[in-house]
Amino acid sequence: MWDEKKLESLKEKEAAWREDYKEATKKHPERMERFSTVSDQEIDALYTPNDIANFDYERALGFPGEYPYTRGVHKTMYRGRLWTMRMFSGLGSARDTNQRFHYLLKHGETGLSIAFDMPTLMGYDSDHPMSRGEVGKCGVAIDSLADMEVLFDGIPLDKVTTSMTINPPASIMLAMYIAVAEKQGVRRDQIGGTIQNDMLKEFIAQKTFMLPPKPSMRLIVDTIEFCTKEVPRWNTISISGYHIREAGSTAVQELAFTLADGIAYVQAAVDRGLNVDDFAPRLSFFFNAHIDFFEEIAKYRAARRIWSRVMRERFHAKNPRSWMLRFHTQTAGCSLTAQQPYNNVIRTAYEALSAVLGGTQSLHTNSLDEVLALPSEHAVTIALRTQQILAEETGVTNTIDPLAGSYFVEALTDKMEAQAMEYIEKIDEMGGILEAIERGYPQGEIANAAYDYQKQVDEGKKTIVGVNKYVSDVETPIEILKIDETVEEEQIKRLKALKESRDNDAVQKALDGLRKAAEGEENMMPHIINVVKVYGTEQEICDVFREVFGTYRDPGMF
Amino acid sequence: MAGKRKIRILVAKPGLDGHDRGAKIIARGFRDAGFEVIYTGLHQSPEQIVEAAIQEDVDVIGLSSLAGAHNHLFREVLRLLKEKGAEDIPVFGGGIIPDEDIPKLKADGILEIFTPGTKVEDVVKWVEENIHPRG
Repeated sequence: MWDEKKLESLKEKEAAWREDYKEATKKHPERMERFSTVSDQEIDALYTPNDIANFDYERALGFPGEYPYTRGVHKTMYRGRLWTMRMFSGLGSARDTNQRFHYLLKHGETGLSIAFDMPTLMGYDSDHPMSRGEVGKCGVAIDSLADMEVLFDGIPLDKVTTSMTINPPASIMLAMYIAVAEKQGVRRDQIGGTIQNDMLKEFIAQKTFMLPPKPSMRLIVDTIEFCTKEVPRWNTISISGYHIREAGSTAVQELAFTLADGIAYVQAAVDRGLNVDDFAPRLSFFFNAHIDFFEEIAKYRAARRIWSRVMRERFHAKNPRSWMLRFHTQTAGCSLTAQQPYNNVIRTAYEALSAVLGGTQSLHTNSLDEVLALPSEHAVTIALRTQQILAEETGVTNTIDPLAGSYFVEALTDKMEAQAMEYIEKIDEMGGILEAIERGYPQGEIANAAYDYQKQVDEGKKTIVGVNKYVSDVETPIEILKIDETVEEEQIKRLKALKESRDNDAVQKALDGLRKAAEGEENMMPHIINVVKVYGTEQEICDVFREVFGTYRDPGMF
Repeated sequence: MAGKRKIRILVAKPGLDGHDRGAKIIARGFRDAGFEVIYTGLHQSPEQIVEAAIQEDVDVIGLSSLAGAHNHLFREVLRLLKEKGAEDIPVFGGGIIPDEDIPKLKADGILEIFTPGTKVEDVVKWVEENIHPRG
């Protein structure tokens, strides 16, 4: 890329400049002893062609929509189609959430995303003792197909795509979605959307778990196999770094552990006998957009490059669609502060910009009040408008991958790629991510990073405005959304009425069929659909899983 | 004073909430401060927490909640402690707790509530000043 002679002379000139710089700092000392990212990655004062001396444009970047996809997975990127604006929403009852969906669609949202309450995420119905006090609190309560029908009332499922952030019971929510679509007259091969369905990062970070790792993997591969044949437009898994990062990892750890999880899913599906090119194009990813701007952009670019090489070289995928890392982004919840909450709008806007400059396919922007409660209508509207301003006013969508060729961004992309590959190789040596998780390796790395960061914040080495600097006594009261305590009672009443009115013999028969499949090797998905269609509940299905496969308990490491 | 026992503390995650970053950092901070720390791990019912506190003979319980179920779960722990005759074990809490809930929880017997942005050392200091090894 560079002329050797010119590079030599540039090296000398840079060395001289660095001497001058050192001199200058004697008079004007640097503000900090050490400059580093939020992940504590050290950053130099200046980057030049010397930092990317071996840079080979075609090998490192290529063109948008072409291998290795560093510049983006689509040829036209945002000049053709903007990213999907997908606001993660769920509150109280299915009726409450349905109203929020209609509100957001009316205001220009372009895709739906369901946030479930804790009992639904963990596979319990609203009337289970562990659900007490949690029904509808941090998302919508879904017990059966009856709730799912209300949730999508008036929303044609052939016109919108839906993302469902749920893991152990992901297959059940997908089954309910298919059933609602078919009731609307929409065939399963017409619907589009995503289930998160990523259990590995649950064991690592988010901790909504139900079954032990091995049966969890079986259930995931069952959904991949089923959708490959029957629901071809569905993203069968959203391999997620978001929660790894929220748990306190560094950007490199997020990148490495997420891709290591991805490798394990591909391997598991290949081991089942599936052809890699049949299912790999429907794998999707999900990353965090944290506050350290350039580090995030480098992370997304490195992720695309690593994944395309892994798919091509390690798994010998032939279809270019299998090489593409498509991803959703959410701005970092953990970067928001309860103090001076309006500052969160600014943080979210910068984070969203990094996701867009990094080439995301869809985006959720956090609301300013999400550190305190589920978002109010007012707050979620500002968050959606943040994306619309970014997309249609700022001009950042006019050209593709505008930061390519920046000495700093390319050097950082290379460095993060190398550091992530070191982790991936280490995990390979351990025997893969399942083995590493059993040893507590990624969990330990994350806990250490989280603790180190907290120490830096407590010591004032990292600034959080309004928390450890520019602290203000002035209260800024904001409107907080409260979930009515009657939601829980009403939901339990609905569930009781359902169990009395449905055909309980048909439910039992369908559950028996599921149990037989679970005990054998048959794909469980068709049986799950049979149960939900006769209004068997989420927990009735999960109880079968728990009885057949056992449960997983948090080892409680700290 | 010779033979002064270390403070024994139970850090607990009640309910289905999986946010354990804060609880684990606090548990580590307590350990670094020289306390004996027992961490329950996630997804504990109030019954399991109270049982662990009694069995482990702890001096204090720290509850962490970030998913909005604190009102029910914190009070349930207090109620069960009383039921088992262990109401002398003090309880404090932390996490995402709306301002308006804090005075009510304190009135019902939660000794202190720490919200986001609190320094680990401040929580450690509070424990050192307010909790004394029992027996």
